Amino acid sequence: MAQIFHRSTTFIARLSIFGGAVFVALLGYALYEIALSPWYTDQFMKRQQPVPFSHRHHAGELGIDCRYCHTSVEKSSFAGVPPTQTCMTCHSQIWTNASMLEPVRESYRSDKSLEWTRVNALPDFVYFDHSIHVAKGVGCTSCHGDIAQMPLTEKAGTLYMSWCLECHRQPEKYVRPKSEVFNPYYEPPPGDEQLKLGRELVAEYKIQVPQHPGDVKPLQTCSTCHR
Amino acid sequence: MASEGSQNRLAVTDQDPIIGPGHTFETVTDKISSIVLSRPVTPGWVFGLLIAFGALMLLNLVITLLMIKGVGIWGIRIPTAWGFAIVNFVWWIGIGHAGTLISAILLLLHQRWRTSINRFAEAMTIFAVMCAGMFPLLHMGRPWLFIYLMPYPNPMWMWPQFRSPLVWDVFAVSTYFTVSLLFWFVGLIPDLATLRDRAKHKAAKIAYGMLAMGWRGSAVHWSRYETASLLLAGLATPLVVSVHTVVSFDFTIGIIPGWHTTIFPPYFVAGAIYSGFAMVLTLAIPIRKFYHLEDLVTMRHLDIMAKVMLGTGLIVAYGYLIEAFLAFYSGDQYEIYMMTNRFRGPYAPLYWMLISCNIIIPQLLWSKKVRRNVGLLFILSLVVNTGMWLERFVIVVISLSRDFIPSSWAMYYPTRWDWATYIGTFGLFFTLFFLFIRSLPMISIVEVRSLVHETNEEKAHS
Repeated sequence: MAQIFHRSTTFIARLSIFGGAVFVALLGYALYEIALSPWYTDQFMKRQQPVPFSHRHHAGELGIDCRYCHTSVEKSSFAGVPPTQTCMTCHSQIWTNASMLEPVRESYRSDKSLEWTRVNALPDFVYFDHSIHVAKGVGCTSCHGDIAQMPLTEKAGTLYMSWCLECHRQPEKYVRPKSEVFNPYYEPPPGDEQLKLGRELVAEYKIQVPQHPGDVKPLQTCSTCHR
Repeated sequence: MASEGSQNRLAVTDQDPIIGPGHTFETVTDKISSIVLSRPVTPGWVFGLLIAFGALMLLNLVITLLMIKGVGIWGIRIPTAWGFAIVNFVWWIGIGHAGTLISAILLLLHQRWRTSINRFAEAMTIFAVMCAGMFPLLHMGRPWLFIYLMPYPNPMWMWPQFRSPLVWDVFAVSTYFTVSLLFWFVGLIPDLATLRDRAKHKAAKIAYGMLAMGWRGSAVHWSRYETASLLLAGLATPLVVSVHTVVSFDFTIGIIPGWHTTIFPPYFVAGAIYSGFAMVLTLAIPIRKFYHLEDLVTMRHLDIMAKVMLGTGLIVAYGYLIEAFLAFYSGDQYEIYMMTNRFRGPYAPLYWMLISCNIIIPQLLWSKKVRRNVGLLFILSLVVNTGMWLERFVIVVISLSRDFIPSSWAMYYPTRWDWATYIGTFGLFFTLFFLFIRSLPMISIVEVRSLVHETNEEKAHS
């Protein structure tokens, strides 16, 4: 009786068993990497805006305080996008003929808001409040990245839950003195000094971290953010 | 030979032989493999397959609608958030248990009568677990997020809630499915090689040849085959007990009256085997008739399975009795109300139907005449299947529809889509089963041949 399969089939069969296992492992790894890649998360992606507003120029070079435009950041869940009038406080005096700023002037004349493209958007199932973070010593740049170096604004974090939890699990690694919250050039003290300072600040701000193993972790319970 | 002699006496007591007289290796192989290889496609088979396939398409329709509209198309409304989906899940997974019991535990116990029924009982297990596994996924409402139930590294830094029995379910059922499938496949390998060698068409030769994985029947192959079978049987044995125990935890971990009971695990396992054997009978009786396998699946088999049904049925009856007793003995008003609500509440007819189907009617099996009456046995197996389905309905719905606060009570009514989903899984089950009986040997050729060998030896010695 003639053989159904060629001799090489044995090798192919063995290869496919081990190859299958390797393939599945690689596929899992690839999916994980894709999920974390900027291609998928839009991290570091610059967005087209109606006016190419530069945080580097305004917040960095000119040193305008964050709160000059984002007025509600200390009081509200939403930091606030400035009305056109805020832009015009300066731009009615300087760069009044710049063509780049024509949409701003048009908005001012027609009383129709500029429609900015949102860069950082959390899903609706997450409760997020700017005011509490600012009040507890989380600096703007801790989440929004090196805003003083961004000619066009980009998303600095992945906005994944892991990204939130990094700080919610160990706030002492990130909190800063209240005077430095709005400083876009703030550099945390190196290494252990930040941890030391951070622990003091966590205590001072009364950030609720568990004192003993087994304590409830208020910053990490589901309903803290998923209300 | 003394020990073997006593073993044989245990296996072949008084009555009929395990397989019909006059069988040799050749006739066994011919008879079983011819169903797959040379039997023409019969109108009866096509008719059955078409009906099953129609029901499968109904399932397709329901699932599509479910994806579009959500679980609201079912009758589940607060307080009864677990309706047909969970009833059917427990029912289907229970059915699977007989296959594992027959193939694993009875193998370890050297029960030789298992050989003619284990193959299709295992197939039944696998198909039933497929049907069962579908329900919790569909019940989630967003089935495409089922992956959240698995522990895997993810950018949420989240693990499943390991304290939830629903997560234990995922592990129990997926392990069960994997081990059952492996066990079934390993058992099939020598038979697949037989089919490969006997097949006429090139395509069939290649298909069976690939599945047979190069089986040549050498002594080394056989030795490894035996070891693998034993190891897998050892793995599958605890699963017979553990899977339905975990399923029962879905209920017992909850504090709902009628669920929060320590008796659930053993009584669920007994119920699973009870319904499983009923399903094996439901399948075996028509198959042996249509495919003229009366001399391989003999009266002896039906008799033993009926006895197993009777035995496990009595365990289940004991479970019901203790459940009712403990409800009153507890002195807890909610437990007592739950029981009286079962006896006399709006769903009471279903409860009494359950008692009749699972306890009263099966007592007929004490009579040898009934056990030997194939038609009646078939009807009894259907009765038990119905009874076991009602049991899950009673547990799920009666407890949920009336719990602690009367103001939150509400009746549960299944919608037409509930029924369509249930019927649809029958479609899946029977479509797979119809395809199975014509494409794989539904009785293990190898094991029946070894049985022929042993019975011939026995005759020679006596």
